[in-house]
Amino acid sequence: MPKWSKRAWIAALLACALGSLTQPSRAAEDPWPGLASDIFKGRPLEDGTGLLALDMPARAEDAAIVPLTIRAVLPPGDPRRVTGLTIVIDENPAPVAASFVLGPGISSLSTRVRVDSYTHVHAVAELSDGKLYAVKTYVKASGGCSAPALKNADAAATALGQMKFRLFATSAQAPRREAQIMVRHPNNSGLQMDQLTRLYIPAFFVRELRVWQGEDLVLAMDGGISISQDPNLRFSYVPNGAKRFRAEAIDTEQHVFRGEWPADAPDM
Amino acid sequence: MTRAYAVFAAGLLLLFGSGLPGTRSQPASFPLELLQIAGGNFVHFGAVAMMNRDNEGGIANLGLIVGEDAVAVVDTGGSQREGERFLAAIRTVTPKPIRYVINTHMHPDHVFGNGAFAAERAAYVGHSNLPRALATRASFYLNAFRRSLGDALIDEVKIVPPSDLVRDAMVLDLGMRALILKAWPAAHTDNDLTVLDTASGTLFAGDLLFVRHVPVLDGSILGWLSVLREMARIPAARVVPGHGPVPDDWRGALAEQRRYFERLTQEVRGLISRGVPIAAAAGVAEAEKGRWELFEEYHARNATAAYSELEWE
Repeated sequence: MPKWSKRAWIAALLACALGSLTQPSRAAEDPWPGLASDIFKGRPLEDGTGLLALDMPARAEDAAIVPLTIRAVLPPGDPRRVTGLTIVIDENPAPVAASFVLGPGISSLSTRVRVDSYTHVHAVAELSDGKLYAVKTYVKASGGCSAPALKNADAAATALGQMKFRLFATSAQAPRREAQIMVRHPNNSGLQMDQLTRLYIPAFFVRELRVWQGEDLVLAMDGGISISQDPNLRFSYVPNGAKRFRAEAIDTEQHVFRGEWPADAPDM
Repeated sequence: MTRAYAVFAAGLLLLFGSGLPGTRSQPASFPLELLQIAGGNFVHFGAVAMMNRDNEGGIANLGLIVGEDAVAVVDTGGSQREGERFLAAIRTVTPKPIRYVINTHMHPDHVFGNGAFAAERAAYVGHSNLPRALATRASFYLNAFRRSLGDALIDEVKIVPPSDLVRDAMVLDLGMRALILKAWPAAHTDNDLTVLDTASGTLFAGDLLFVRHVPVLDGSILGWLSVLREMARIPAARVVPGHGPVPDDWRGALAEQRRYFERLTQEVRGLISRGVPIAAAAGVAEAEKGRWELFEEYHARNATAAYSELEWE
């Protein structure tokens, strides 16, 4: 999975900013081949149908909060597992929403993204065979006045970095369980131009979020600005007997947020 | 449900011999229909619809308040074209100078007409959060509405941010007519402003009140519920909603909106406590379906926004 350095992010943001200045009219051509080649450095992408499922609503009801779920649906007996995931929202100003490294036992991952316009969304998984597999879906932008921006900008700035962790009860003997990690953060995209100053508002977002079960890494996210305000990950996992979950988030201003929770007490 | 209004534009309609069904993109000088709802108070009622080419973005209610010396405009419409036609309508009612152009909040149907008033040398007045809200959304709005309004209408739109900011409250005088402007905490949006005309007792509520049109949540559901309780205490004789007709019983209309948000809050809290994911939120409060227009267009979005707010409780 590509791990983007800070410099790469800045370069990407600048490229987007300049691109939108010089190309006010929308290119009709499919951006995916170019994106795929840039993001995955020319590695071939296999068809992931039957291995991977990407669920999103057909219409982005709220442009700022579009739920997305990726599930591994490998056939029974297939020994491979998903080791990494990248979410690409083709027509967004910064198409790479996030990339994830997944620990063993993670079979589904849900998050929320911003969707700026009518777009294909691609999920690309790296399986343990070392190959990349892609699936896609199409999402219509929201109608009405919904924008991929903060609804309550003052509230978003308070409680910065507050974390919430939940465990969900599942059927009695199921080996797999579900958990959710939430981080309070405006995750400001910074791609909007101030109409008065003609300057771009600086981006401010969670760039890394990692979750451990005991000493084992459950998942690590390299986040971008297409992840919604208050980054939120819900995932299935297999308990490893550890007593604690722990999470760490780092934003673009180098704030570090940490939390720790018991691993054995579903809150519901 | 609505009271009877004096129709000012009827004669004009006859004069222009319009009424041609399906005529659209009226010349900018063709005045909007402006109805008098109280002494010195006029409203253009927008269509209860989504913004599109045919309605020129004209879906929000636009207000005109006429004092002894000058007038104030409350919201400017969903396109430059609509703003120009609103200005033309104002000039059929009064030649007095437009002293204030007030925006009740950031949404395109309320601010896209701002540019039409540029030559009037008016002060543009808005909530102190409005400049930030416009800065972070304007480019997106202009792109997004190009699809529904078309190039011709969008190319003309100029985003004009407020020159005078209201932090808490502000009193404006139009000559024997004081207006009390109030900036509210986050509710419909985080930049909602209301205008109370103390001479007529009319409250221009902007989108803090929706009538018929399903309320649209783009701020804070808990904030809005608390603002609704506070609004009910305003000694207003009548309230002009941001969308829909002037209700006979405006406190009753506030209560209907409160019922919608309370039901949404209660059912979304239920989902959250049962661990149901946000993707399933769109199905809540089905009992409200049939009570509102444009429910399909906005309800799922409201539920999603409510979920993402309430899961932090």
